[in-house]
Amino acid sequence: MTQVYFEDVAEGAEIAQLKKNCSTQQLVLWAAGSGDFYQIHYDKDFAKGTGLPGLIVHGALKNAFLGQLLHDWIGERGTLRKFGCAYRGMDYPAQDILCRGVVKKKYSDGGKHFVELDVWTENPEGKKTSPGTALVTLPSKS
Amino acid sequence: MTTAESVISDEMRAAIGVEHAAGVMEIENTNCRMFARSVGHTDAIFYDEAAAKARGYRGIVAPPGFLGTPIFKPGSGAGAPGETGGRGFAVPYKRILNGGTDYEYFPDAPDGDVICAGDTITARTKIAGFEEASGSLGPMLITRRETTYTNQHGKVVAKMYGTLIQY
Repeated sequence: MTQVYFEDVAEGAEIAQLKKNCSTQQLVLWAAGSGDFYQIHYDKDFAKGTGLPGLIVHGALKNAFLGQLLHDWIGERGTLRKFGCAYRGMDYPAQDILCRGVVKKKYSDGGKHFVELDVWTENPEGKKTSPGTALVTLPSKS
Repeated sequence: MTTAESVISDEMRAAIGVEHAAGVMEIENTNCRMFARSVGHTDAIFYDEAAAKARGYRGIVAPPGFLGTPIFKPGSGAGAPGETGGRGFAVPYKRILNGGTDYEYFPDAPDGDVICAGDTITARTKIAGFEEASGSLGPMLITRRETTYTNQHGKVVAKMYGTLIQY
């Protein structure tokens, strides 16, 4: 894994994207992994009975995808301080979910090198279904 | 938004800042791996103890967003604290949405630490506040909840901020 350094980062720059596409099996794995067994995520009849078009991806799973996006970007020597998102729009199994992030601000404080980001998941129409923010630290070359 | 029709009662106002009973969350090798696998993580520190220790961690690392598994007791609710709780108040809205979740970590010693397998975390949730708004869904009540996670060494290792929408 290549390490990104604080000096490498520019405000306004986009970080490496992470593309996801959930099978229904992945949603069942997530139900077990997270403990969220709400049936709208794996029982199609139940989901339709609540008025949904079909199964939907868990909001918290998309949040965890953003966690992976950040974890993979900051490398072994970065630290993840804050991340999260709003559950604004639905995503569906077997559709791409593109996880993206853009550097909003960078600053140093108390010997640590902080980077604030806007992060989000995006559906195939380009709509931000889970907009959020993050705060990480990166190592410095100096 | 009309404050004359506020659904925030005195009972609700009195509940702001009051901590609920603490819940215990277990962090173990297997549940860290399961969570990481379900997300699709590829970093070995979420799966392999030797790899995690080689990177300076005490054990397998809890992946981002994983704050443990609540201890299940037959006959009790099995939900994780903080995500969607706080619906016990009498409000005139029938529908409920999880509006979003933010996680905060405190990885720096000595006050904080990275959550690793083998940790036992105590979670304490409180209502941080209520807000009323009116949007495309009509009038809504927004409940903001805050859960603090403290490990077995008394270090605060995470906070979770949850937003619940009733409309």
